[in-house]
Amino acid sequence: MKAEVPLLRCRGIGKRFGGVRALEDVGFDLDRGEVLALAGDNGAGKSTLIKIISGVYHADEGEVLFDGARMEFDNPRAARDAGIETIYQDLALADNLDVGANVFLGREPETRFLGLLPRVDRRRMRAAAHEVLETLEIDIPPSKLTEPVRNLSGGQRQAVAIGRAIFWKARLLIMDEPTAALGVPEQRKVRELVHRLRAQGVAIIFISHNLQDIMAVADRILVLRRGRKVGELPRAEATGDEIVRLMVGG
Amino acid sequence: MAQLRTSRALHEQEAARHPVLVFLAAAWPWFFLFLLLVFFETWARLAYGVSFVFNGFNAQSIALFAAAPLLLGLGQTFVIIAGGIDLSVGFVMGLAAVIMARVMQSLAGVDPGLALAAGILVAFLVSLIPGWINGTLVSRLRVPAFIGTLGMYGVARGTGFLAAGGTTVPVNNPWLFEMGNGKLLGVPIPVVITILVVIAMHYVLSQTRFGQHTYAIGGNRAAALRAGINVRRHTLLLYVISAGCAGIAGLLYTARFSAGAAQAGEPLLLDSIAAVVIGGASLFGGSGTIIGTVIGALIIAIIQYGLVFIDVEPFWQFVAVGIVIIVSVLIDQSRERLTGEAKDEG
Ligand SMILES: Nc1ncnc2c1ncn2[C@@H]1O[C@H](COP(=O)(O)OP(=O)(O)OP(=O)(O)O)[C@@H](O)[C@H]1O
Ligand SMILES: [Mg+2]
Repeated sequence: MKAEVPLLRCRGIGKRFGGVRALEDVGFDLDRGEVLALAGDNGAGKSTLIKIISGVYHADEGEVLFDGARMEFDNPRAARDAGIETIYQDLALADNLDVGANVFLGREPETRFLGLLPRVDRRRMRAAAHEVLETLEIDIPPSKLTEPVRNLSGGQRQAVAIGRAIFWKARLLIMDEPTAALGVPEQRKVRELVHRLRAQGVAIIFISHNLQDIMAVADRILVLRRGRKVGELPRAEATGDEIVRLMVGG
Repeated sequence: MAQLRTSRALHEQEAARHPVLVFLAAAWPWFFLFLLLVFFETWARLAYGVSFVFNGFNAQSIALFAAAPLLLGLGQTFVIIAGGIDLSVGFVMGLAAVIMARVMQSLAGVDPGLALAAGILVAFLVSLIPGWINGTLVSRLRVPAFIGTLGMYGVARGTGFLAAGGTTVPVNNPWLFEMGNGKLLGVPIPVVITILVVIAMHYVLSQTRFGQHTYAIGGNRAAALRAGINVRRHTLLLYVISAGCAGIAGLLYTARFSAGAAQAGEPLLLDSIAAVVIGGASLFGGSGTIIGTVIGALIIAIIQYGLVFIDVEPFWQFVAVGIVIIVSVLIDQSRERLTGEAKDEG
């Protein structure tokens, strides 16, 4: 019975920012182990849509069903607790904290000091950060692991954001342009990662401006234009030309 | 682009070449404190043939002198790290001092220990109210911290003077006197209490999730929100903590002088912010430590006390403290050059 309901179902989502209609009547389903690519021009509403799913914004209209239950995520904590991890386009790292602190931001593990007082377990945070970056095969010199992440390169910071999202073993992973700041080998690693997570049954929403990326990882492609859904097609039936046509209209 | 790389590489080379500078950039408050002590020590020995540092009376006076601005600075450190500021602390301290005196005055007939306990409890709780209002203004109503706490500066000031009836409120209570002037193992009790608060605050800031979240909010508020941190509640608590620290300073004031005064903390607001900044915190948020603030408060107290000790006109202390503040900010600004850590230019 439970397997009948999709993991994520969005229905009639609408959102305005003042006079701007960022989203209008957008709906789609997403199953476990499925990768949905969101395509669309700048300002089409992709980031807004995923921020609604991850609890950063509240939709003005419509509803989000996660695992069959209507989710009133009015904050990111509720979404994260339900198993939704997000890599944001505008990174969302605390630049003044180190890699471990960012991976564990908001969920810091604790030990007891003198068996009594709660205390953040920095050693564990550092070890886990190291481990996570290792599985991502992304090189960050060990000395940099304990420095504020503002001292890392754009790609390394991107890796930290990705590392944080996968560390928490999400059921739904949302990636808003995860490869934008990455070099070619790292882009390939992210694609491999998407394949690996999909095989583990994780559902993934993947936003990219890179058609090659999209064609390489997506099972389905949803195209937004000016806040409206203008197409949703299986990858097998999609061609780059058609996606572009849908994106720009005409 | 290529140029950018080169200049960055150059920074790194420089940094590698000057490990001493890198160290100084991080440890300069300690270093400065040390120089200050050497300076006054030399002067005292040459001019008066006595020691400045190895002198129990001086050490005790400086510690007492530093205690109140330090207490205000402790809460201020949390607020500033999270990217805010609390301008109301001086008059919250005064308000607590007056309330404590008033409560104890009205309980003059009862057991002095009981009267003291009641005074402490009521005054401390009352001091949390302006903090709660500050926190609500800043976190829920999105009033800029500078404006919201400036408003509270006025409200607490007025309330304090009204509660005091425009004058100081004397109390005659032996327990109170003991709390302000007694000693524990040779250390004045107000100093002992301050040290305990310092230890607690240091632990909370450097070891707990609460402290970690304080840094995260100051570093990137949106990131903290998206990570699921309850930023509003956290911000509210920061201002309550700040007011609580000011409240404790007020209790100690009343104890020391056996009288409450609304203007008790008036000159201390700027000292408290100065201590935090000299200690290495950035007013833009995201950095700072309790140890730094302790050093900052000691530096200010030593300058103030030391200049009087060597018989310099007392007004020079304002000039000296002002210069130290400016220098500490300049050093913070040039830290990137010293350590190879680059910020956006412009
Ligand atoms: N916080 C906000 N306040 C006001 N308007 C916003 C806000 N966020 C997005 N918008 C507007 O909503 C529309 C959709 O923006 P969104 O960021 O979702 O686009 P996007 O598809 O992610 O674009 P890109 O490809 O450039 O990332 C745009 O017109 C944008 O200006
Ligand atoms: Mg976007």
